[in-house]
Amino acid sequence: MNPEPSRRDFLKTAAVAAGAVLLRNAAAAKPAEGLIDTNVYLSHWPLRRLPCDETAKLVTKLRANGVTQAWAGSFDALLYRDIATANARLAEECRRHGGGLLVPFGSVNPKLPDWEDDLRRCAEQHRMPGIRLHPNYHGYKLEDPDFAKLLRLAAKRGLLVQMAFIMEDRRMMHPLLQVEPPSLKPLADVVKKTPGLRLELLNCKVPPLDLLKTGDVCVEIAMLEGVGGVSKLLAQAPTECVLFGSYAPMFYFESASLKLKESPLNEEQLRAVRCANAQRLLA
Amino acid sequence: MTSFEIWDVHTHLTGVPGSTPEERLPRLLEYADRMGIAKLCVFLGFGRQYDPTPDQLRQHNDEVLRAVRRCPDRTFGFVYLNPKHTQASLDELNRCVRDGPMVGVKLWVAQHCNEPTLDPIVARATELKAVVLQHTWLKITGNLPGESTPMDVAELAARHPRATIICAHTGGDWERGIRAIRPHPNVYADIDGGDPTSGYTEMAVRELGAERVLYGSDAGGRSFASQLAKVLGADIPNSAKRLVLAENTKRILKPILREKGINV
Repeated sequence: MNPEPSRRDFLKTAAVAAGAVLLRNAAAAKPAEGLIDTNVYLSHWPLRRLPCDETAKLVTKLRANGVTQAWAGSFDALLYRDIATANARLAEECRRHGGGLLVPFGSVNPKLPDWEDDLRRCAEQHRMPGIRLHPNYHGYKLEDPDFAKLLRLAAKRGLLVQMAFIMEDRRMMHPLLQVEPPSLKPLADVVKKTPGLRLELLNCKVPPLDLLKTGDVCVEIAMLEGVGGVSKLLAQAPTECVLFGSYAPMFYFESASLKLKESPLNEEQLRAVRCANAQRLLA
Repeated sequence: MTSFEIWDVHTHLTGVPGSTPEERLPRLLEYADRMGIAKLCVFLGFGRQYDPTPDQLRQHNDEVLRAVRRCPDRTFGFVYLNPKHTQASLDELNRCVRDGPMVGVKLWVAQHCNEPTLDPIVARATELKAVVLQHTWLKITGNLPGESTPMDVAELAARHPRATIICAHTGGDWERGIRAIRPHPNVYADIDGGDPTSGYTEMAVRELGAERVLYGSDAGGRSFASQLAKVLGADIPNSAKRLVLAENTKRILKPILREKGINV
């Protein structure tokens, strides 16, 4: 359990938090032209090597495809119990590679003892603008009170919360590593009870339109399927709720970028999905 | 980016609006045009019957015939058959391929394809120079009762070495699917339908050779974009991409297209 913070601790925390805000603002202050990929991962997928799973290679790939900013989580966070090391390495990799291209989103597992300190480190020590959650790999449902508490604390710190719905098609999981996708049903209630929450769902094959329509939740397009999937989604959901995400290097980056070509989108929609919505979410 | 000719070996009349095949196909082609796809192989009509009766087979195939007649210069039909109805399937094969414009056979999930009931169908398709496309999946969550695996396809291919067999979806679990079909040179990997997981096409080309890998999408349920990315985004030479995107499909369809007076 964390002791009560002293005045000195409080001042130190406030200074670091101010730094985090500066980092967020710097990330958000880039011009609204460009391409912000809100869903990339660093390190190694546990079950196979991927063509771009070295950070330098991924950065080269992203840059070659016009990405101006990429929000990065870590595959290590799925299974590591010492998740703090995964987050520290993620932050370091983002610092070392890409010259500011990569923005780290650390993971917090609310079922680990003293997870609140992982959240604190993400915000204060690593100055991350947000966190990335993996409820299926971390073994909790969305009605779990710890999940609600995590969202509350993240909102209080002004952190953007990304929640990865799944990491791969359930039908092809490794037999020794099968995890069920969480039910999204409880999410509406949790979101309603968390004022100030900014939430982006990653890897959603079927975006929850009801939640999107309330404007409380955003999605990215990495796992969106069907011909013209992006334009079909934009016909049903507010434009400001749809963001670009590639899920590289797990997915071929070109999948997401070609989706923007496949869908007939006007200039405003294209700009919103490519960068403006992501910029606003981090602002 | 280099531009490539693209033939899609696996599409359906789903995911686009329209109450008739004649309405739906042009809508599908609008998306294909946006992605630079020249030709589509189309199969299955509007229904979703896993174990279709002979009447249902005819209905499916009539819908596909109507669609491909709407755009004959852009599309090729495959006839949907059910090995549980052997004679009805042979009759449909003759009606749609021998006497009609179709160029391939589509087998879905009615029966495992290693069953002997497939033999007369595959033999007749081979006589007609038609390719045989068999749906496959390897689901850790459990296949449908009649749903084939790439291992089933391998057994079928061993019995019919002269047949041209397309292993649709490469089993979904492609790392196992590719291995299962690897020993059989008459089996082609159709890489459509699953997530665009990077490394898929690289492994298929490495293990099977680029000549045995086919681009397909499973549109309109799947996006042309996500499936094209498997090839355009793969770390393989442009010469291999050219084969996968069009040349291989062209080559395996060439004999039957020539019979029908179509030069490609």
